Amino acid sequence: MLNIALPKGRLGEKVYDMFEKAGYDCQSIHEKNRKLLFENPEKDICFFWVKPSDVNIYVERGAADIGVAGKDILLEYEPDVYELADLRIGKCIMAEAARNGYIDQPQRTKRVATKFENIARSYYASIGRDIDIIHLNGSIELAPILGLSDVIVDIVETGSTLKENDLAVVEKIVDISARLIANKASYEFKKAQITAIAGALSNQAAEREALEKDPDNK
Amino acid sequence: MNLDESVLKKEEKTAFLLRSLYQQYGCLQYKMSKFEEYDLYAKNRDFLVSDNIITFTDTNGKLMALKPDVTLSIVRNTRDIPGYVNKVFYNENVYRVSRGSHAYKEIMQAGLECIGDIDDYNIFETVLLAVKSLDIISDENILSISHLGIIISLLQEIGLNDDEQKKAIKLIGSKNMHELESLCSNAAKKTAIVNMEALSDEDSINITADNTLVNSIERVMRILMLNGSPEDILPRLREEGCNEDAVAQLEALTSMLNAAGEGSRVIIDFSVVSDMSYYNGIVFKGYVKGVPESILSGGQYDQLLKKMGKRARAVGFAVYMDFLERYFENDNIYDVDAVIMYDDNTDRRALFNAVQVAMNKGMKVTAQKEVPEKLRCKIIYTIDKYGALKEKQPDNTQGKNKSFNNKEASNA
Repeated sequence: MLNIALPKGRLGEKVYDMFEKAGYDCQSIHEKNRKLLFENPEKDICFFWVKPSDVNIYVERGAADIGVAGKDILLEYEPDVYELADLRIGKCIMAEAARNGYIDQPQRTKRVATKFENIARSYYASIGRDIDIIHLNGSIELAPILGLSDVIVDIVETGSTLKENDLAVVEKIVDISARLIANKASYEFKKAQITAIAGALSNQAAEREALEKDPDNK
Repeated sequence: MNLDESVLKKEEKTAFLLRSLYQQYGCLQYKMSKFEEYDLYAKNRDFLVSDNIITFTDTNGKLMALKPDVTLSIVRNTRDIPGYVNKVFYNENVYRVSRGSHAYKEIMQAGLECIGDIDDYNIFETVLLAVKSLDIISDENILSISHLGIIISLLQEIGLNDDEQKKAIKLIGSKNMHELESLCSNAAKKTAIVNMEALSDEDSINITADNTLVNSIERVMRILMLNGSPEDILPRLREEGCNEDAVAQLEALTSMLNAAGEGSRVIIDFSVVSDMSYYNGIVFKGYVKGVPESILSGGQYDQLLKKMGKRARAVGFAVYMDFLERYFENDNIYDVDAVIMYDDNTDRRALFNAVQVAMNKGMKVTAQKEVPEKLRCKIIYTIDKYGALKEKQPDNTQGKNKSFNNKEASNA
């Protein structure tokens, strides 16, 4: 049985659709009930939903053999797992943002509010900038507005939250999208099944990308 | 007194079996003290799995460390003798920060190191012992082998600089081929631009050169993704024209393992990577089914010896014994077999006799006046003041009923 951890929420549903399209379906997942595990014994797979930031933990510790996690989570927690495919959905960027009209003052320590401490730290270390990290758990956008921080480091999807609050992206740090990850030991013992899934999903991702680039060419 | 094997926990038994295996192959046991001078570790921080070290000041003012690693100390204490290979094994506690909990942990580690005039035979023997060690732990195991020489020469072929190579190796380690490909093509573009600037403006667009680069990146991806049995992979590495010495070394090694009858669970997998500043040549990782991480890891680490000013070469591996505790689940459902309940009036000699009788039947026995609820035992005896035993079933059923009733009561 291959255990698959999916992130709860809209992204997870999209991901499940990809699995279904690849032939790894599980009808019981559509039923409305309080079950936590959804098995398809015929395909020898079992799905379950977990909090998006917990997928890496389930996979790293082997409770799930494979899972889907955002690149943001992988960069932040650096779990010891294989990253087998870029699913090219849930695309957004990790960016530094500030109030409109913000002027960077390199001679002063930059105050950075973020939920992604590790990503922010390594980014500013890579450009040699001294920072003061302010770890927040939500509503990061408030920080520069209230003067709590100079900038924020956060995920930017459409940018509308930023715009509505008179904020703007200063610098893109890294591209984010959903990735298929696998436990290292599981990969060795369930190689055929895992590589088949990884292949099918990355083919789908490539097809979708080709279609997006050139919608007429079907 | 004869040792009854059933007394040993499975992980303890494994430790003894590993020890006797290593001794069979002529390895000497290396015993080290709990503390070492901090300097040794500070100089080779990158070699350590985690660079957090517990330190304290010794009575003479020297900064000491609780050993986070055994290999460094072994290397330091090895003297170069031409033609001789120093083979040692160890079973020691090391102190390092565990990845998951970010707290210091005492970790039991077993391992084997061969240091000296290493040749292909010593490497074969070390890998063989790694395979045999995995066999002792579980029948379902896999040893993934890789050769850093092959990886390095591939990365150099597509012109990655040191910094990019480090990043690339990290990506190879996580089988992240999609990001590795973009890293390589970005690097290739950069070199192409530099080349173009060097050329005169007229022939600046050199399409054929660009194409060969794309092809060579594709080739590198194809090779690095290879994964499977040596019989399948090695001929393909030959076809692709990889680093010949390295492929030959792998061929010799796997054919020796096959001849020793231990080649069936060995695979070639390039995602086994280790820090290049210490390791070189053959590196490997072992997995057993049911443990989520690699339980064994090792390889050739000539670079470390060079850094420490030794001429010798080295190969070795470590087995992370702390995983075994979770792997071998405790199948003991009873704490003791029998409890003999006595009271103040019981004749003490009669009690001791009763205990002896039960012990001679092979039971684990404890004499108590009161049996705590948590103590799990097969059988409870009561003893009267004349020494006669009477069996008393542990009243589990009563307890169950009680809790059941409680639940009903709360539901109502």
